[in-house]
Amino acid sequence: MSVSALNKLNMDDTIVGVSTPTGGSISIIRMSGKGSLHILKKVFEWKDAGKPKSHRVYYGWICGGMSEKVDEVLVSVMLAPRTFTREDVVEINCHGGAMATQKVLMLLVEHGARLAEAGEFTKRAFLNGRIDLSQAEATMDIINAKSELSHKSAVNQLQGRLAHLLSEACEGLVSLLARIEMAIDYPEHEEADIVAEEIKTKIIPIAGELNKLLDVARAGKIIRDGIKTAIIGEPNVGKSSLLNALAREDRAIVTHIPGTTRDVLRETIKIGDIFLELADTAGIRDTDDLVESEGVARSLKESVRADLVLLVFDGSKPFEHNKIASIVNEDWENVIVIINKSDLPQGIDKDYLTDKFGESSIIEISAKNHIGIDELGDKIKDMFLQGQMEYGDDLVTNARHISLINSSRNSLVHAIETIDTGLHVDFVAIDIQAAYAALGEILGIAVDEELIEKIFSEFCLGK
Amino acid sequence: MDMRTTKEILYTAEPVDVIVIGGGHAGCEAALAAARMGCTTTLFAMNMDSIAMMPCNPNIGGTSKGHLVREIDALGGEMGKNIDKTYIQSRMLNTGKGPAVHSLRAQADKQRYSQEMRRMLDATPNLQLVQSEVADIVVEGGIVTGAISVAGALYPCKAIVLATGTYLNGRCVWGEVSVNSGPNGLAPSLPLRDSLERLGITLYRFKTGTPARIDASTVDFSKMVEQNGDEEITPFSFENNRADIARSQISCYLTHTNERTHEIIRASLHRSPMYSGDIEGTATRYCPSIEDKVVRFAEKASHQVFVEPEGENTNELYVSGMSTSLPEDVQMAMYRSVVGLENSRIVRFGYAIEYDCIDATQLLPTLEFKAIRGLFSAGQFNGTSGYEEAAAQGLVAGINAAAGVLGKEPLTIDRSEGYVGVLIDDLVTKGSNEPYRMMTSRAEYRLLLRQDNADLRLTPKGYGYLIDENRYQKVLEKQRLINEEIRRLSKATIAPSDEINTLLKQHNSSEMTSGMKLIELVKRPELTYAVLADVDANRPALPEDVAEQVNIAIKYEGYIQKQMQQVEQFKKLEGRKLPQDLDYSTIDNLRLEARQKLNAIKPLNVGQASRITGVNPADVSNLLVYMERRKHMEKRADE
Repeated sequence: MSVSALNKLNMDDTIVGVSTPTGGSISIIRMSGKGSLHILKKVFEWKDAGKPKSHRVYYGWICGGMSEKVDEVLVSVMLAPRTFTREDVVEINCHGGAMATQKVLMLLVEHGARLAEAGEFTKRAFLNGRIDLSQAEATMDIINAKSELSHKSAVNQLQGRLAHLLSEACEGLVSLLARIEMAIDYPEHEEADIVAEEIKTKIIPIAGELNKLLDVARAGKIIRDGIKTAIIGEPNVGKSSLLNALAREDRAIVTHIPGTTRDVLRETIKIGDIFLELADTAGIRDTDDLVESEGVARSLKESVRADLVLLVFDGSKPFEHNKIASIVNEDWENVIVIINKSDLPQGIDKDYLTDKFGESSIIEISAKNHIGIDELGDKIKDMFLQGQMEYGDDLVTNARHISLINSSRNSLVHAIETIDTGLHVDFVAIDIQAAYAALGEILGIAVDEELIEKIFSEFCLGK
Repeated sequence: MDMRTTKEILYTAEPVDVIVIGGGHAGCEAALAAARMGCTTTLFAMNMDSIAMMPCNPNIGGTSKGHLVREIDALGGEMGKNIDKTYIQSRMLNTGKGPAVHSLRAQADKQRYSQEMRRMLDATPNLQLVQSEVADIVVEGGIVTGAISVAGALYPCKAIVLATGTYLNGRCVWGEVSVNSGPNGLAPSLPLRDSLERLGITLYRFKTGTPARIDASTVDFSKMVEQNGDEEITPFSFENNRADIARSQISCYLTHTNERTHEIIRASLHRSPMYSGDIEGTATRYCPSIEDKVVRFAEKASHQVFVEPEGENTNELYVSGMSTSLPEDVQMAMYRSVVGLENSRIVRFGYAIEYDCIDATQLLPTLEFKAIRGLFSAGQFNGTSGYEEAAAQGLVAGINAAAGVLGKEPLTIDRSEGYVGVLIDDLVTKGSNEPYRMMTSRAEYRLLLRQDNADLRLTPKGYGYLIDENRYQKVLEKQRLINEEIRRLSKATIAPSDEINTLLKQHNSSEMTSGMKLIELVKRPELTYAVLADVDANRPALPEDVAEQVNIAIKYEGYIQKQMQQVEQFKKLEGRKLPQDLDYSTIDNLRLEARQKLNAIKPLNVGQASRITGVNPADVSNLLVYMERRKHMEKRADE
């Protein structure tokens, strides 16, 4: 059993899981363990943030990086020992549907919680003396039934491409480990010389593969959740007509969400298979009613959190070059430059934009005449669906798989750092072992015997 | 009374506390340990001239095995001291890697190794040597009460350590020849097997082998690459100083097999007992014969061959890398095809040896049989390979045999405390279906189990067994000095100066602009504790081994801390005891395979249970729930 598995048996960590059946409109995420409150505080923004009282319900938002609001929730805080598990328990009532629930779950994992094993809350409840004897047998049945079930579904999910990709990564890692361990245990063998650089060149492509899987997972999430999109541009370049062109009746879903300080209008626009989520569209639609500069400033602020920025120019007019510099933000992940009003005589310095953003990021449209809108949709798809086309968007969807792949990738990154600080190969081996163990947990394989088998099948050793 | 004997008892010898059967590396450690703990002890050997014999390679230590020897020494065993007395070349391996895998290895003068060990046995009070063959173990009411020799003598005793090595039912095979024999042409032990089977002990049949020994006067060393020992050697024993045991060393030589060698082997494979089916014992992957190598790695045009002297008073050379059981004529041609060995003459031919050994899962971590009180087992007989593995087990079995007699707590070492612990836990928890070799990769807490800190890890554990007050206090003092110096370095600050910046520049380290804690400088990869001596005005004069520990502890602190946290988790599960009378077949919620495996092994604690092959985490969870439920029921019954 791996070192990480020991921790699970010891109940020292904080576990998290969705405790309502899937499909409901409200789901409850339960978190139990010493770190519950600490982790909650990292992701929960609520009015009287501070020391929450036990057995109280709090209203607020679960927020991700850059204070991105993930879901509006009610949180019950229950401090040990008067809880189901006799540990500190936090229950989060999510309202935002299955995707938001998954997002909240992953956020908690990112901040140190571990996804609970089958029957683990009940197990803790029992081992901490919370539930009585008659329930103990039932607990064990749950552990069995659930582990059987989760095993089955894990195997189902693993069939095909992902299992193959992960096995390949494992194979690469165990080969590398065999190579390192051989060098350590048989230092006089003629193939024993292994230099850190060689290890690095072998780790990088594997870490790259895992990154690709995580990208796919992320892209899959983006597709299901929608692409957070910001429309940026000077006044009168045609932002609102672009919005209107995109939001033709057949593909626009407009939702009003009451905010804390003012009403934020959020629109979801479907282009082909993907959704664009446009936040604060009121700011764009109602520019006339607002002080122009305030509207621009606000949308600029929003744009930093966006997955996609649509930067709009009026093609019929020249613009001041230095003004662009004040708008463009380095934190933008993806930018498409839209030259609007292509139906009018062009006066824009297109070469400058090509120079700055690259030919492929630029598209010319006429929002008013619906020219180039479909092409814009294709461009967005290309930008976000590249990985998907290769692997299919359901390749990695299981939250547990994603978190294990992520932890494996992080171990490999640490291995590279270890090499770069000049530490010896036996230290690097620790990171590679951890990377293997994480993937092995998905595939249900352990490193110990396989490694020794590998060492002796690949190298001719012995006196 | 279930006393069973094969022979009529002709006379009864004087009773002793502990009997050790076998005078190899396991037997010697076991007998010395028991006698030193104050038990009257008799060591039986088939032949008094083969005490502590090294029937295969002429060296002690090497990767992970060197760790074992240091640990044996830290616990008060003899192997480290004996090789320090008799080494003819010594090297620290892996010095280009991290401190955890630095490994000490020494070439031994085989004869002197054997003689010096014999001298120590002779000089040890309470210890009696007897040249005789034990034919039967006497067990009454599940407890060992004596041993009966082939000569019909009953030796009453309270505990027995079985350390029969490769002698039990031994058979040597090379080419078309097969003889019932122990190693090195010595007589095998035959009747004991039946006795063990009658006691219900499950036996396996394993196989190992050795290369030929060739006459040094027929070897052309000029054609081979000379391999020297270290200029500054490191003693195996923590109680020896480098200067006290320094001596002139002799060289080993490196050469290679070639295509012609491989052709000769391939052409004669049909005459090899390994391929003709004449050998049925399970061979180890860890010591393949040259014919195995040529078959399994057909693409390799050449294999390394190390030619190693067997001692200063013998012409015999050990041909490492060319273990074989091919016929004698093929052996001659094969060795002569190797560069430098063209005119070589063989003194002893290589052979394969098959022998009986036990399924070690029948043992407790104390190395006592679960089913027979007072019966212990150690060494190659437990399914291992190697002198060091054998000695480590012999030491633990001997200590625990004596502890049982004296009514002391047994000594067990867990996986986080030493390679000895990893070795024994692997054996008794997983068993072995081939001769088991120690490897550093088997130790999950490798960074903590270094050869340099074996004394700090284990000497306090050995206190009250083989470690006396004086040695115990010395280790405590060493630990105190280490802690104190680390504390001082973490507090002491150093101001930037020309002197320090010159030093930093010399070591390609970035210069200081403001004050710093000394400990931060030691942590820099390009610096060490030692190189900072000149700029560390308040540094106390510390022994070399203390300074080494300070340096390692500071430099690798992050990694060491991480493993220590893992050990903490590990210890918690080791601490959850499981009753030995638990019938796992009645726990419905365990999978059938887990129930069977758990019943077969009867783990002592949840940690051990989790390591059994075929027991998965869900089973362990259910086991935890079951145990808690049982506790509730017992509590309720008490009320």
